[in-house]
Amino acid sequence: MSAKSALELIKLTKRYGDTVAVEAIDQTIPNGTYACLLGPSGCGKSSTLRMIAGHETVSSGDILQNSLNITDLPPARRGTAMMFQSYALFPHLSVVDNVAFSLKMKGVDKKTRQAEARQLLELVDMAPYGDRLPTQLSGGQQQRVALARALITKPSILLLDEPLSALDPFLRIRMRTELKRLQRELGISFIHVTHSQDEALALADHIIVMNGGRIEQDGPPQTVFDAPRTEFVARFIGGHNILGETHGKMAVRTDRMSILQDQPEGQAMPATVRAVEYLGTMVNVTVEAPDAGELTVSVGDTAFFAKPVEIGQSVFLKWKPEHAHSLAA
Amino acid sequence: MPAPTTKRQSHGLSNALSGWLMSLPLALILFFFLLLPIVTIVIVSFWGATEYSIYPAFQFDNYEFLLTSPVTYQVFLNTIKYAVIAWAATLLIGFTIAYFLAFHVRSLVWQIALFLLCTIPFWTSNIIRMISWIPFLGRNGIANSTLIDLGIIDQPLEWLLYSDFAVILAFVHLYTLFMVVPIFNTMMRIDKSLLEAAYDNGATGFQTLTNVIIPLTKPGIMIGSIFVITLVMGDFITVRFMSGSQKANVGRLISNDIGLLQYPSACATAVILLMTVLLVIAVMLHFVDIRKEL
Repeated sequence: MSAKSALELIKLTKRYGDTVAVEAIDQTIPNGTYACLLGPSGCGKSSTLRMIAGHETVSSGDILQNSLNITDLPPARRGTAMMFQSYALFPHLSVVDNVAFSLKMKGVDKKTRQAEARQLLELVDMAPYGDRLPTQLSGGQQQRVALARALITKPSILLLDEPLSALDPFLRIRMRTELKRLQRELGISFIHVTHSQDEALALADHIIVMNGGRIEQDGPPQTVFDAPRTEFVARFIGGHNILGETHGKMAVRTDRMSILQDQPEGQAMPATVRAVEYLGTMVNVTVEAPDAGELTVSVGDTAFFAKPVEIGQSVFLKWKPEHAHSLAA
Repeated sequence: MPAPTTKRQSHGLSNALSGWLMSLPLALILFFFLLLPIVTIVIVSFWGATEYSIYPAFQFDNYEFLLTSPVTYQVFLNTIKYAVIAWAATLLIGFTIAYFLAFHVRSLVWQIALFLLCTIPFWTSNIIRMISWIPFLGRNGIANSTLIDLGIIDQPLEWLLYSDFAVILAFVHLYTLFMVVPIFNTMMRIDKSLLEAAYDNGATGFQTLTNVIIPLTKPGIMIGSIFVITLVMGDFITVRFMSGSQKANVGRLISNDIGLLQYPSACATAVILLMTVLLVIAVMLHFVDIRKEL
């Protein structure tokens, strides 16, 4: 893979009147990457995706695909395909005709395009449902059809707009695995917009955390989770306690803190237990510290029940200095 | 052991009875104002008539006379011609207006404003709107004098008024909105992301129109078509005014019979018209299922 085979966003900006939805973001996504655009609603992640897809005009900046400027090309000529949040299946067409739609637009004859569509349905395990109408399918099945319809255009980048948000939690996790498998098998880039950090951590090779139209942090999921760069990232990605120290704010992972019932030697933070939440493999203990406010400590269930704490009990918090990361302001 | 005796509380009326009671008002209205008049028309259509009287009977004279007269076929043919041309014109114009409103006007406020603008002509009565064409289309009317002033024609166009053209123009003017409303309504229900999906799949604007928008708008087109066709086929006043009583349709046939107090004959014609219209609608419904729209 040459260094050039990648999607590049250069000072990409989207303005709606006076409001700036996306502010001059730069990003490079190498081919074959599973990238997640992560952020709260209104952070500009969907606008970014829609600009890459060509469904939103770019206010300024450029989008390059394999060094080719695709900023002003129509969606079908960018080598991208979009999977819509509502799936956007054509309700009057059968599953096969939905998948074959883009081939029909290109003027491929009926027999060839239907055969190809059935192959794609095979890929997403929907072969037996080819003759049904979209309304006769469940949400998960509709999503597979939408996936097949996007993939039939042989895109080099698949764009997914909150693809899992309409599914129930159980199905969400199954489809998540499926998406990752497909991406690995096809070897193309997936750019996946989500507001769920679990989803992003589970799927992505590369996470791009956005806030207020800017990129707060990007990198491999492990780096983003382990070493959040800003307070926003630490809070959004979850699993972190933010401590206001004299020389700036620090983030410590909730599972890197330990609760001690007796005052240990050396430095420790006194706190009072406010709530205990049993989560199966972990127990989340919410404590209130006079210097730091409300904090959460995740304790493994075995460790917790070996020495349980009770609500109202006074405890001491301790963590290793290397586990505290200072945050940029 | 005794079974639990607690009975569920209810409002006292059985479900079946309350169901009948609730549907009673509508049933009564439909019975007295729809069913009864039609039954009366059907009954009277079998009655006999002389020049000065009508008498109850059960005879097929009216139908025999109607169905063997070449005039009847001519008039029915003319009625269908008006219906088909008016339908095609209102569909073309109505679809275009609805498409523009639904897909090109972006803001809801403008959509509503323009939609209301379409309804303004309806603030006056049908007949006034129709008559106002006469000074415009007449021999020395605005249209002819403007065309002469512009040097496009030397002689006034005779076919502008009191002609098939005038009749159809009035129909289109009167009934296009009946096409716009249902089509606009179905178009507004089309998920906009479907159009994006079509675009994403490489469809051109025209391909999106023929492959996505028209198929999804079919129920609205069908409802509008039923409105226009039934209205045009049952009309008599537009044809009378705009053709200067020179053209005939079934409505005028019936109205003439009534004018001559030939009620049985008028009823027989009405029954045949009703059956023709029902047949046309049945054929149309065969092609498109509008139930999901209602």
